[in-house]
Amino acid sequence: VSALLRKLSEATGVSGREDEVRAMLVEELRGTADSARVDAMGNLVAMRRGTGASKLRVLIAAHMDEVGLMVTQVEDSGMLRFARVGGIDERILPARPVTIGPNRVPGVIAIKPVHLAEKGETDRVAAPKDLVIDVGATTKAEAERLVARGDVAAFLSEYVEPLPGSAWRTVQGKAFDDRAGCALAVALLAERLPFDLVAAFTVQEEVGLRGARVAAYAECPDCAFVLECTGANEMPVKKDLSPSTRLGAGPAITVMDASFIADPRLVDLLSATASRLGIPHQFKQPNIGGTDAGAIQRARAGVPSVTLAVPCRYIHAPTGILNLDDFDHALALMRESLQRLPGVIERSAT
Amino acid sequence: MDTVDLLRQFGEARAPSGYEAELRAVASERLGEFADDVRFDALGNVVALKRGEGDGPRPSLMLAGHMDEIALIVSGIEKGFLRVTRIGGWDARVLLGQRVTLHGRRELPGVVVSVPPHFSAPSEREKPVSLDKLFVDIGLPVDEVERQARVGDLITLRARLLRLNGAYVACKAMDDRASVAAMVLCLEQLARRRHAWDVYAVATVQEETGCIGAGAGAFGIEPTAAVAIDATFGQQPGALGPETFKMDGGPTLAVGPNIHPRMFDRLAAAAKALELPYQVEPVPGNSGTDAWSIQVARSGIPTALVGIPVRSMHTPVETVCLRDVERTGRLLAEFIVRLDEDFAATLVVKDAFAPAAPPPSGPPQAAPRPAAPPAGDAS
Repeated sequence: VSALLRKLSEATGVSGREDEVRAMLVEELRGTADSARVDAMGNLVAMRRGTGASKLRVLIAAHMDEVGLMVTQVEDSGMLRFARVGGIDERILPARPVTIGPNRVPGVIAIKPVHLAEKGETDRVAAPKDLVIDVGATTKAEAERLVARGDVAAFLSEYVEPLPGSAWRTVQGKAFDDRAGCALAVALLAERLPFDLVAAFTVQEEVGLRGARVAAYAECPDCAFVLECTGANEMPVKKDLSPSTRLGAGPAITVMDASFIADPRLVDLLSATASRLGIPHQFKQPNIGGTDAGAIQRARAGVPSVTLAVPCRYIHAPTGILNLDDFDHALALMRESLQRLPGVIERSAT
Repeated sequence: MDTVDLLRQFGEARAPSGYEAELRAVASERLGEFADDVRFDALGNVVALKRGEGDGPRPSLMLAGHMDEIALIVSGIEKGFLRVTRIGGWDARVLLGQRVTLHGRRELPGVVVSVPPHFSAPSEREKPVSLDKLFVDIGLPVDEVERQARVGDLITLRARLLRLNGAYVACKAMDDRASVAAMVLCLEQLARRRHAWDVYAVATVQEETGCIGAGAGAFGIEPTAAVAIDATFGQQPGALGPETFKMDGGPTLAVGPNIHPRMFDRLAAAAKALELPYQVEPVPGNSGTDAWSIQVARSGIPTALVGIPVRSMHTPVETVCLRDVERTGRLLAEFIVRLDEDFAATLVVKDAFAPAAPPPSGPPQAAPRPAAPPAGDAS
């Protein structure tokens, strides 16, 4: 699984430009999925036929896109002005390597040396509008040979496994949110289930749950499982607040977040299955963040939905930390829960 | 067709979000001159259909420009003065002293109160007057005001179209009447040219309050693809940043998550064929236009966004260059006549496991950058 996660993590797919990830997934699914299509927004929707024992139509969804930047202006100096695509804390931007556009032109987000900072300047956050990407061009014309207004930039962040073979199986890299979910969905499509399984690899989650909405509309599923990667905020805090999720404590089941309230039947299915099989799991602290489930739940006449997520520290930043055990447990839990799904959810009338 | 007349007729009509009837009458008449059919949908969008050639079923393109304008609404009556709140995004600083129309029991002229400098301390004049401290005065006795006005009455800005130097005009509501005018100019051209696709020119309602009309319109029409047309920021002193565009530099073509890359390519190719200038507008997320709600209607609609640069947006003196409006009309018409049956098939991939399709026929892909492979090249 580490190999697939590495490939997906290092691919670039800023919201609206998910092409590279999508092409990679098509190759991964060739041979397992029975069909795959790309819709008008760029969602990749694959289907694996089941044994036919159940007539349920089940959707799993994971988003392909990641947060990033967009070039808004090429200056006369050859420097690039940019805007953020999706939710990025502006404080992580200075002095960051990025790759720009489909040709992955390398660049860095420049910041002036601390020696030259004016009094008080280092106490203020460097506003993104004052930052530029430096691709090493000295003129506008030179920069425009490499990049264009409207190109997107992704963080440049290598996937590393610090202690391969050790018991604490953490890996570091970018865009685990939500390539971890994509990797889970790829693995689940290899399963032979009682029902047809539809996997939507969605676009534009980070700019407003946009792809999932139309994919769910088109597929009319009876229920949906959103496979995510969620923040693990384990930084020590003064007050004894419980962290959103914890690394290594198993996949996180969402009961409620800022985008939706999960269907209680599906929450029970996941937690009961985990308990029965002794799979470690945790419940995500309510009301933080949102996922595609918020859009899928509201498609057409409504879709019972739940989110299962692999915890990850430092999501939406150039380098996150994820525990592969959590990933494996998420996969095992999903596998078993899908087998037990018929009977929990009814086939809808239509 | 005289572009100034068209802009005057559209710009001077009063159509606050949710109350677009006055413009609906004008827009349906002007679009109807060149359409095969005009209807109003349940929310009040004007849907003008210009059919393509040949026997159906034909692919269809939805054009969308919004009719509604930002306005004010009465929120209270105090001692004969009207308290107001906003419909859409006003900068309260531009309202002071403006002439307005109260749409009460009858239409009455009024003015946004401004306290003369004689009665205010210098320190008071250093801060703008916030909206909650603004009153509208219709200059009638208290009891008459209470007869004429009530909470919920609309107030629109009074503005006549002003011809400025050269090709520039200023009027309220050029955002987005300039685009509705461009749709008329487009249909006028199409009346003389052959095109394969059906064209729905839709003048939408309630854009300023959340792009409501366009989403409902797209759901109802279920077009093969769509182009929203809206005002974008023209360059002016104090507004020269990356989100602003040259006046008289041609329409902008947006790129970003809201835009299907193939649609952008086709629009750029049409502009090149006409040797018509255009500007690329990067939109990193929500475009804040009808395109945003159209794109996610039903199973998703391949969408593009064309912008007309407007100076002093969301004021009673929104300024446009006539040439930009005319270019937008010509660009849309050229884009439409170049749409063939095959193009629709390039917007989605029915079988992602099939070998890569040969490059689509039709006009050369004139805009190699931004060069992300289109959504179709998945395999």
